[in-house]
Amino acid sequence: MKNLLAGVAIAALLAASPASAQTPPNVLVVGQIAEPQSLDPHVATAVNDFRIAVNVYDGLVRYADGTLEVEPSLATDWEVSEDGLVYTFTLRDDVTFHDGTPFNAEAVKFNFDRMLDESHPFYETGPFPLSFNFDSVEEVNVIDEFTVEFVHSEPFAPFLSNLAYPTGLIVSPAAVEEFGEDYGRNPVGTGPYQFVEWASNTRVVVERNADYWDGAPELEAVVFRPITDANTRVAEMLSGGIDVLVEVPADNVGTFEADANFTVHEQAGPHVWYVMLNAAEGPFSDVRVRQAANYAVNKEALVDDILQGTATVSDSPIPPAFNWAYNEDLEPYPYDPEMARELLAEAGAEGAEVTFYVTEGGSGMLDPITMGTAIQADLEAAGFEVNIETYEWNTFLGLVNAGLEDQADMAQMAWMTNDPDTLPFLTLRTEAWPDAGGFNSSYYSNEEVDELLNAARTATDQDERAELYKEMQAIVFEDAPWIFVANWQQGAVTSSAVENFELQPSFLLQLGDVTKR
Amino acid sequence: MLGYIAKRLISAVPVLFGLSVIVFAIMALIPGDPATAILGAYATPENVERINRDLGLDRSLPEQYFAWITNVLQGDFGRSFRLNRPVLDEILERYSATLVLAGTSLVICSILGLLAGIVSAVRQFGWADRIITFFVLIGISMPAFWLGLLLILVFAVQWRLLPASGMYAIYGGGDLPDLLRHMILPATTLAVVATGVIARLTRAAMLEVLRQDFVRTARAKGLDERTVIYKHAFKAAFVSVIPVIGIQAGFVLGGAVYIETVFQWPGIGQMLVNAISTRDILLVQGGVLFVAASYVLFNLAADVFQALLDPRLKS
Repeated sequence: MKNLLAGVAIAALLAASPASAQTPPNVLVVGQIAEPQSLDPHVATAVNDFRIAVNVYDGLVRYADGTLEVEPSLATDWEVSEDGLVYTFTLRDDVTFHDGTPFNAEAVKFNFDRMLDESHPFYETGPFPLSFNFDSVEEVNVIDEFTVEFVHSEPFAPFLSNLAYPTGLIVSPAAVEEFGEDYGRNPVGTGPYQFVEWASNTRVVVERNADYWDGAPELEAVVFRPITDANTRVAEMLSGGIDVLVEVPADNVGTFEADANFTVHEQAGPHVWYVMLNAAEGPFSDVRVRQAANYAVNKEALVDDILQGTATVSDSPIPPAFNWAYNEDLEPYPYDPEMARELLAEAGAEGAEVTFYVTEGGSGMLDPITMGTAIQADLEAAGFEVNIETYEWNTFLGLVNAGLEDQADMAQMAWMTNDPDTLPFLTLRTEAWPDAGGFNSSYYSNEEVDELLNAARTATDQDERAELYKEMQAIVFEDAPWIFVANWQQGAVTSSAVENFELQPSFLLQLGDVTKR
Repeated sequence: MLGYIAKRLISAVPVLFGLSVIVFAIMALIPGDPATAILGAYATPENVERINRDLGLDRSLPEQYFAWITNVLQGDFGRSFRLNRPVLDEILERYSATLVLAGTSLVICSILGLLAGIVSAVRQFGWADRIITFFVLIGISMPAFWLGLLLILVFAVQWRLLPASGMYAIYGGGDLPDLLRHMILPATTLAVVATGVIARLTRAAMLEVLRQDFVRTARAKGLDERTVIYKHAFKAAFVSVIPVIGIQAGFVLGGAVYIETVFQWPGIGQMLVNAISTRDILLVQGGVLFVAASYVLFNLAADVFQALLDPRLKS
């Protein structure tokens, strides 16, 4: 008993020791949603990893602050040949990697050859799941020490924005050679912060790169903490254990907004949440039934009530965040159950029975079960019979990516992309049906859309591309291959000590300019 | 005794082997594969095939299993494709974190459970018994993760006395008091259910023993009640509680899975949850093997300890 009392006393003493949950001064602690998988930007696939990577590395180009438009970074300038096949970059001549080795054209060539050339000596340090972003690159040539050219097999307009994406970040060749397959845990880049430590499942620490070519950060260090449980993550923020909380659960946004100790940040991003409708068979093969579904679903209620205002209603396969490519003239299908019933009657599809694939949760899926049941209720009110089948995320992807034929009539899906091309190109073309290796799992097909998308991909002039995309969106809106539902606004919370924090439309987390009082 | 231990250890080998086959088969049978997990929305058949080839997952299942078991027998658990590091490094790191948490928790629940059980039995149907039974039932019935969240809200968010999650302070720290401060909430949460179970069984065992002749004899000899209960009755009852503690050790290890998630404790339970959802097959295989082996060892230890204490079981 005495020992027990002593134990209690010790516990009380420990508990009473001060400042238990204060983060250290001038060190920013970021609450992440999971342990990173790899800090090799060519190996990583998750936004969670990219949030760290973009602070350790630079790419040849980057997204300009607050936009999804490309601006110079490690490359000061570039030229594109008439035929759109050859991109020639002039590189900065004053940059070294954190390990002291120089950044130059050879380093750039090494980076892309490692990803794309199976015979490269360090190809084995992969796999590089997103290297298909650069599939059109045939060869990378060193012209002189600070000039490098990319030769493409076909014109590919999204190339520059793909370079700005984390898959295009530049790693230190010397470090890859030194660490080999362990490079992903020993990252070396040129970015504002340099890697210090990765304690498994506890933290990743990066510290100020005092020699950063674009101005050294003020913060001494940034600590990324993985906290997988959303409730715990929120509790850590409330108790002062972290300074920045990303991916704030919709239910908690209000709590933080009401508290002066916190600042809530919101930023629309290149995200689309939709329900694909099987156009090949069943009731949704009739365009009127697809339009009826769009009229039947109360999207305002979905984004306001279920997502608590953390999303806006969508009306296009291109999210408004790509402001240059988004068709401003479109207005979302209004909530009009009467219209839906009329269209259903016209199509002779009253009481149509449909199977709806819903997932339990996954990347960008927001609150899929609640959203799924709300959509079900709306559709049933308009005269559909909806059977929901729910699957765990990986299972769900396996089923849906194989194509809905003989399985289901509708399925939820969400995408986050870095170029307006990606989503429609992979999900709406006839050549993107699942058996052709694409993600058009609901078999939408319209020759005009195919032509517009192919033309937009090979056009190198941005205004010309924009026109093509806008035309495509107008057609797709009428054809209604999906129920257009939501564009997510990512949210973050910072403590009041944090300043100059800004979310980017790219969903990446640039911390170079952030300060902490 | 040594022969007995050896026999038990040898009989564990087929158990572990069978287990590894089952886990491997389950991981292979559940829908979704590592390549899809890596690629997410970008999982085209072409990309999946490329990743499978790079990871060696394009071979037949028996081939994959045979390659794995051959390597394991040589001490090589392979590389986690998800974490990009050797499976064994990850497991050892995580496992020690779990042992620290589960071990502390086991000590807490054993002491509290035994004490509560004894008091309950001695004061059967008295006030102490009723109060203890009341709390024990609450403890057994309460979902532990919920209790964990509640404790975080009270002690970390409201009162700011203890850290909400993690094993060490995120910057600096790393010493023993730091570890203890981080351990109080998760270890308590983890101990609650096991405390209840041990208390219930200790109570039952004590009641049984207190009715036996030797206790009556001890009392008749004029020994004071304290000696009767702690020296004679408890000693006898303890023997039958030991295997329960052994089982609770396994339970605490299993309970660590969700407690670790709630408290972001970098242990093996949380590792397994992540590994399963990302189809990180080698990490799952290695992790399950470790947990199963320790379960076997805990039970063996409990049995051996029991045999040492109880002369009737020695033969």
